[in-house]
Amino acid sequence: MGWYVQPTVKQVAASQERLRIGSRQFRLYDVSPGDVLLPCRRNPKALSDMIDVCDLVKTFGKFCAVDHVSFSVPEGQIFGFLGPNGAGKTTTIKMLTTVLTPTSGAIRVNGYDPQRQQNQVRRSFGIVFQDPSLDSELTGWENMELHGVLYGVPSPERKERIESLFKFVELYDRRNDFVKTYSGGMKRRLEIARALLHNPKILFLDEPTIGLDPQTRNHIWSFIRSLSVEQKVTVFFTTHYMEEAERVADEVAIIDHGKIVAQDSPEALKEQTQGRSLEDAFIALTGHTLRDEEAGASEQMRMMRRVWRGR
Amino acid sequence: MKAVYILWLRQLKRYARSRARIVGSLGQPLLFLLALGFGFGPTFAKAGGGNYIQFLAPGIISMGILFTAVFSGIEIIWDRQFGFLKETLVAPVSRLHIVLGRTLGGATVALIQGVVVFVICLAVGFRFVHAPLLPVALVFMFMIAVLFTAIGTAIGSVLEDMQGFQLIMNFIVMPLFFFSNALFPVQGLPKALQFLIHLNPLTYGVDGMRGAFGTTFLFGVGTDFVVLGSLTMVLLGIGSYLFSKIQI
Repeated sequence: MGWYVQPTVKQVAASQERLRIGSRQFRLYDVSPGDVLLPCRRNPKALSDMIDVCDLVKTFGKFCAVDHVSFSVPEGQIFGFLGPNGAGKTTTIKMLTTVLTPTSGAIRVNGYDPQRQQNQVRRSFGIVFQDPSLDSELTGWENMELHGVLYGVPSPERKERIESLFKFVELYDRRNDFVKTYSGGMKRRLEIARALLHNPKILFLDEPTIGLDPQTRNHIWSFIRSLSVEQKVTVFFTTHYMEEAERVADEVAIIDHGKIVAQDSPEALKEQTQGRSLEDAFIALTGHTLRDEEAGASEQMRMMRRVWRGR
Repeated sequence: MKAVYILWLRQLKRYARSRARIVGSLGQPLLFLLALGFGFGPTFAKAGGGNYIQFLAPGIISMGILFTAVFSGIEIIWDRQFGFLKETLVAPVSRLHIVLGRTLGGATVALIQGVVVFVICLAVGFRFVHAPLLPVALVFMFMIAVLFTAIGTAIGSVLEDMQGFQLIMNFIVMPLFFFSNALFPVQGLPKALQFLIHLNPLTYGVDGMRGAFGTTFLFGVGTDFVVLGSLTMVLLGIGSYLFSKIQI
């Protein structure tokens, strides 16, 4: 599990770039020879892996949305971030992806700090948000083109990548249609294609299959699986569908009331809770109480979009 | 800079594709031009002001630009609600470039709208004096466009939804238009009103346009240009700052 539980105190030797704790190697950032590395709860200086989160806190007024959360995701892993409504999943993703400032704690994404090295972090990941983020007045191709230019993908390569990604998500025939004519599943596929356009090392998926039919959901997950296998993309996703998480995730973390209550492989969690499925394990860990998510601005927005767009 | 260009292009494409919006936003200036222009024309002439359409046209052009520009800026709220804003916020592009692209795009749209109103004014009987001075008028039109798109951007960055729409309309956009020299001459007005009008950036834009079209300047081309130019820079700065503070 996480490196942050290591109780050892280590001293950095001259020119030391890596640190071995147990069977895991860690890259060192922001340290100079002679620095003493303490367990992360006090000193988050040794961080490794594709995503590292140490003691992350986010409070909104008195409400603590993310409460001292720590986890790490190694390169190439498919990591499921699960939890009931309002548990802090999306808030965590927002902090990882530079759009929200943490109250305290340390984050490294691909080795960079989302607060101080925003552009390096932004180049490292692609993201599919929980709510659609396409410009529906533009065509599919124009949405991709815009993304490619914003991320500085050079022109000949851009065209090539857009074409192959359109084929990959099976939208090539619809590439010149306006996005407003796409179905929900098609929009999702386009968003995934767009998130991959700049060859990111990490793919964030915030509830990528919400509101989609089983066929499309299957399609998207097998697609994500193949991404991780073929292109070594690290995948960080959240979902409500436990059977999906069980099928694709190498490791899952379960977050509830802003705290991580368990983190392991789905098999290990089932074993630990003696549940038959990950869903049993999930309920065993988070309880049966129904959660009332506060109807914030984004919920109102979804409502409004349903009214206006019939979606 | 490519990011600025692609975001500019996006605004233009969206504009070109929404015919309803183009026609719709021409309605108001047209109404003002015809109703006020012909309605007050005789009174204005009797009072010794000359041809009212000649006086009014630059004001109406500025109105077309003002409304389109502010709403192009406020489009950020729509982008926030329909999600596209997030796509730009996680892009590895400086916030200033995003604001510049959006603002220049919105301003270009407003400028086009202004030119269309100008052509309508010509059709109604407006005449300019020196053709070589037309580019100067265009410069002033573009400056108003950028300035008010920047104001719209600033407002759109602060507001979370369209609830405040009426507020913006009645307490910002309408007063900007009415408390300017767009509809009536400033000379002889009550001191307080004159003071207010002198604070309004739109006044300097309308004055610059009037001068360039061949009516007389109130302040002179240099003053108009400097006041409008520096205000535009300041508001662009404020707009980018507020935009960079957006958290979603």
